[in-house]
Amino acid sequence: MLILTCPYCGVAADETELAPGGEAHLRRHGPDSSDSDFEAYLFLRRNPRGLHLERWRHAHGCGKWFHAARDTMTMEVLGTYPAQVTAPPPEIVHASDADTA
Amino acid sequence: MFDAMSPKTGARYEGRVTVAEAGLSGMITLRGALDTIAQPVADATGLEVPDTLGIVEEGGRALAWMSPDEMMLFCAYEDAADLAARLAEATADEHALVVDMSDARAIFVLTGAETSLRETLAKLTPADVRPEAFPAGMVRRSRLAQAAAAFWIANDGTLRVMCFRSVADYVFALLSHAAHPEGAVDHF
Amino acid sequence: MSHRLSSGGRLIDRSTSVRFTFNGTYLRGHAGDTLASALLANDRMLMGRSFKYHRPRGVVASGAEEPNALLGLGTGDRFEPNQRATVTELFEDAALSSQNHWPTLEADVGAVNAWLSRFLPAGFYYKMFMYPRPFWKHVYEPFIRRSAGLGRAPAADARDPDRYEHFYIHTDVLVVGGGVAGLAAAKAAGEAGAEVLLIEQDPHWGGRAVVDGGEIDGMAPEAWVTATLAALKAMDNVRIRTRTMGSGVYDHGYALAYERVADHVPGSEAPRHRLWRIRARRIVTATGAIERPLAFAGNDVPGVMLASAVRDYVVNYGVATGQRTVIATNNDDAYRTALALHDAGLEVPAILDARDGGGGALADAVRARGIRVLAGRGIAKVKGGKRVTGVAICRQSGEGGVLDMIPCDCVAMSGGWSPVVHLWSHAGGKLTWDATEAMFRPDGARAPRDQDGDAMVRAVGAANGHLGLAEALSDAWEGGTAVAGGGGTASEMPRAASRDEAPLAPVWMMPAAAKPALRRKAWLDFQNDVKVSDVALAAQEGFESVEHAKRYTTLGMATDQGKLSNINGLAVLSQALGEDIPQVGTTTFRPPYTPISLSAIAGEARGELFQPIRKTPLHDWHDGQGAAWEPVGHWRRPYCFPRSGETKHDAVTREITATRGGLGLLDASTLGKIIVKGPDAARFLDMLYTNMMSSLKVGACRYGLMCSENGFLMDDGVVARLSEDTFLVHTTTGGADRIHGHMEEWLQTEWWDWKVWTVNATEQYAQIAVVGPKSRAVLEKLGGMDVSAEALPFMRWSDGTLAGIPARVFRISFSGELSFEVAVPANRGRALWDMLLEAGEEFGVTPYGTEALHVMRAEKGFIMIGDETDGTVIPQDLGLDWAISKKKEDYIGKRAQARSHMASADRWKLVGLETLDGAVLPDGAYAIADGRNANGQRNTQGRVTSTYYSPTLKRGIAMGLVKDGPDRMGEEIDFTRVEDGTTGGTMRARIVSTVFFDPEGEKQNV
Repeated sequence: MLILTCPYCGVAADETELAPGGEAHLRRHGPDSSDSDFEAYLFLRRNPRGLHLERWRHAHGCGKWFHAARDTMTMEVLGTYPAQVTAPPPEIVHASDADTA
Repeated sequence: MFDAMSPKTGARYEGRVTVAEAGLSGMITLRGALDTIAQPVADATGLEVPDTLGIVEEGGRALAWMSPDEMMLFCAYEDAADLAARLAEATADEHALVVDMSDARAIFVLTGAETSLRETLAKLTPADVRPEAFPAGMVRRSRLAQAAAAFWIANDGTLRVMCFRSVADYVFALLSHAAHPEGAVDHF
Repeated sequence: MSHRLSSGGRLIDRSTSVRFTFNGTYLRGHAGDTLASALLANDRMLMGRSFKYHRPRGVVASGAEEPNALLGLGTGDRFEPNQRATVTELFEDAALSSQNHWPTLEADVGAVNAWLSRFLPAGFYYKMFMYPRPFWKHVYEPFIRRSAGLGRAPAADARDPDRYEHFYIHTDVLVVGGGVAGLAAAKAAGEAGAEVLLIEQDPHWGGRAVVDGGEIDGMAPEAWVTATLAALKAMDNVRIRTRTMGSGVYDHGYALAYERVADHVPGSEAPRHRLWRIRARRIVTATGAIERPLAFAGNDVPGVMLASAVRDYVVNYGVATGQRTVIATNNDDAYRTALALHDAGLEVPAILDARDGGGGALADAVRARGIRVLAGRGIAKVKGGKRVTGVAICRQSGEGGVLDMIPCDCVAMSGGWSPVVHLWSHAGGKLTWDATEAMFRPDGARAPRDQDGDAMVRAVGAANGHLGLAEALSDAWEGGTAVAGGGGTASEMPRAASRDEAPLAPVWMMPAAAKPALRRKAWLDFQNDVKVSDVALAAQEGFESVEHAKRYTTLGMATDQGKLSNINGLAVLSQALGEDIPQVGTTTFRPPYTPISLSAIAGEARGELFQPIRKTPLHDWHDGQGAAWEPVGHWRRPYCFPRSGETKHDAVTREITATRGGLGLLDASTLGKIIVKGPDAARFLDMLYTNMMSSLKVGACRYGLMCSENGFLMDDGVVARLSEDTFLVHTTTGGADRIHGHMEEWLQTEWWDWKVWTVNATEQYAQIAVVGPKSRAVLEKLGGMDVSAEALPFMRWSDGTLAGIPARVFRISFSGELSFEVAVPANRGRALWDMLLEAGEEFGVTPYGTEALHVMRAEKGFIMIGDETDGTVIPQDLGLDWAISKKKEDYIGKRAQARSHMASADRWKLVGLETLDGAVLPDGAYAIADGRNANGQRNTQGRVTSTYYSPTLKRGIAMGLVKDGPDRMGEEIDFTRVEDGTTGGTMRARIVSTVFFDPEGEKQNV
């Protein structure tokens, strides 16, 4: 039962207030994309033992989608950040580098 | 308005706290960048934009923070349509959406000792309702058991619980169950 | 015999007598008794029969670890099986019954299994019930079902009359366990400034120390506990609670606790159980330790008990578990039992100490009282059937040659202590093997971590492997201070004398080289009847992993989760495998720590609170009319409105006929209504819908299809353009929240630069479909709006006022009739409905339900999301190509629909189906094709998606997906028929157009 802090309203939300949305930072492939790109976009997902960047919606709250950087083994949360980005913020990248080092 | 019926008209339960439906209430949903709709709202109501998670009350009206781009304005039921129209007009040049949602939700008013009010909530919501985490004037959107709800302690010390009208029966029954006279936890 | 002593018993109130029954016999106990102590006080040593062999069993323990003494408790609606006698408080008129026997506890025929026990070894069931295969269903399964399960399930018509609730709480520190370690930790944390919740599973505080004695800060433990409790109660930041068991620890400081609020006061209006859902920044487990039994032949005979339990019953309840108690031990702690028994004037004929060197200071104290201590000795065998009559003594190091016989009626055994590491382990805390104490203890360096990566659980006291009073207290004080953030405390750390005990000697079998005949009578798991010989056999047969051996033998899989058996079992396994215990490892600890009631887990969610039922503004009217309800998501919609004497079929037929012939009303309030506004709203809807929405004129409506990015059809509905930048999107009933979420997801996570706002206004409106040839007439009668064909043509909408109520009227039709959908503020929906009924009386106004809606739409060939679609269907399958824009470069699902399988000519396509004889096709029936597939099943070429009796056409009509269907008009194909759950023959149907009624649309365009 996770607690994730919504970066929009600041609430440390119980997992039951959230809706999961799977892997973050997928790039949409549209009508002109190749079969392999489209397959990757639609179906191929990382399943790491370790750091996972994932989407959550504060569904029973402010309703906003956000991203969380979570270690799937230890449940440590390196940070949460808004969904309107295509890559994690530098401090999370650094934190995860430090963790693996 | 002789023919308008609130979702749980006259509902009342007396337990460790008293649970009663607020009756007809005006509720206007405002969507937009909060700073762009602040002035029109202030002009129309005199209410300032609340802080994140906050609610401000004045003169029988209240303005609640719902999300970074959404607020709810509470007013008298019979004022809502006109007020919404005026706000829509005043924000016409902004990217904003004003909707009269006075009929979409039910509001329950809970009265009693503050510790009992908090205890009633704590039986139903995973939200932290300790005084330091949930002070008066904060609106917490969360769930009560299986239904979405928003709740806040108003200036008059009552606890207000807002839910969708379709689950008003469910939420009223939940609150009544949680407020059962023999259900004291005496934790807070 | 077991009996009540004339004095003593710190927990009982001798002035209050409590009457109860055991298997129908009236007995008496005292206030403060547990069921177990009350039964023992009445010499009811035999409390039940074991699960597999039906061996007579008595109580072994005095706490939550008890494997044997599980009783049926209560009668009627309040009957509950498997109540643990050692932790259930006695109350007036408690009705107790023993389990697993027939016809009586004393004379049980199932006990014959015990005689066969040598033929029922580990894995017996797997081996026995394997062959012959035809026996599986009708011979073996009924047999296994009859013998499975523990206790008797409550009667099928019983209804739990009690209330239950949850309680969510947030705290800095949760301390689990109210022994002296838990009290010390809570006090330290509280003084250091933390907000503390301290919980204790029993009704009283102090744990073992108050029984075992010693001194804390110069006081008797009891006095220290009283003083500490007073100090805790005086602190505003500390909350304490008894009868509350720490049940499980989960990620991010989440913990469950199970409070038995009113078990001991049946009939109370208070909730019977309360499930605490706790979020703690830090969790301290001060859960103590559990004594291990010793494995010797006959160690399950009633009267053989844990040494600590024997002294608990004497000290806490003033109950002697026997007149003459032989003590068998491998450690010093059991000598405390000898002292307690001696203090109470009971006989201890001998202490058998498996250690050649005997014990330390405690042993000296016992010898000083003249009690015989035999070092290097063990029990060869316990004599007795339904109770102990004596023990045969042997050399611990030998094979079991009998040296002597001692008559006795009780055996107190102690195999050392195991820390209660369950809560530590639930969320991933690791253990380390302590060879000196022969126990697994928490490895503080590998604690469960919280969201910040910090250790979130701290074990203290005996739970952390500190078995001495002084060591436990200092560990707990340190732990309590640390979890509070290391702040200073006002008080000093509590002091006690250091532990002075001789080392324990690991004893996993008594005697060490016991012969097979003895091993077959030496029990490891009392509740599941697993013996030393079973574990050895599992190892011999190759079940070398502890997890495999557990499942093969069922060791530790009973409701006590092996609290007494796990360590002994894996020690035996490691010996059989010739490996060290840490190499073998432990099985996984899973919550709950002890069983908790299902009712507590459900909490308030039963009866009307089982789940939220969503109700429309017209619900009460429907209910008053005796509507037959249909669940649609959480909504309840009227399926039809049967009048007295009508079947549902009759009612549906009447409703359709009345609507098509005059005037019908449908409560359409559940349909999703989402407002979409902004400069990019039109562009956004073009992406959401397969068809073009940006070209929709203000004032007009358009039907649209929405697909997932997978290409599959997910929702449909009518879109109305309210203004240049504002649209009203109608979704299906089940789709409102889902589609609103879908919109927000795309807007927030993909097209966040697009200027679009959405509001889900579904519940703002009551929406009523006014349907039929007289629909315009009734609206005109209400007055206020021009709803003429000229002013409001088909697929237009208009704002106005109907009978004084602000209304938005959509001229749309899902029935093929002249039809208006009227949306008014929800609080005024009932008023409009009542006026429509009154005004419509002259037109034969008839409210109809969802089934009439479904039939009428099927007569017109309109699809229904969830009937024609099932998550694998694309719009092209349904012949809806007309609603798929060819002009748009992109929409959600477009790329997917270009995949080869989606574009394949072999996809099944929607057609109408008519049986040759007018009968109704079975729902979901498959159309059969020639030949059989690789699995020998008949090939298929289609299936029925919707099927109804059409009162309009007076015959069965259906739609279905059929291979090459649209090209096979007029062809006849066969569908499977299912009767009584088995396939029975086929039904023939002709492929026809999906539009069965009014193909030209003459009825709706008037």
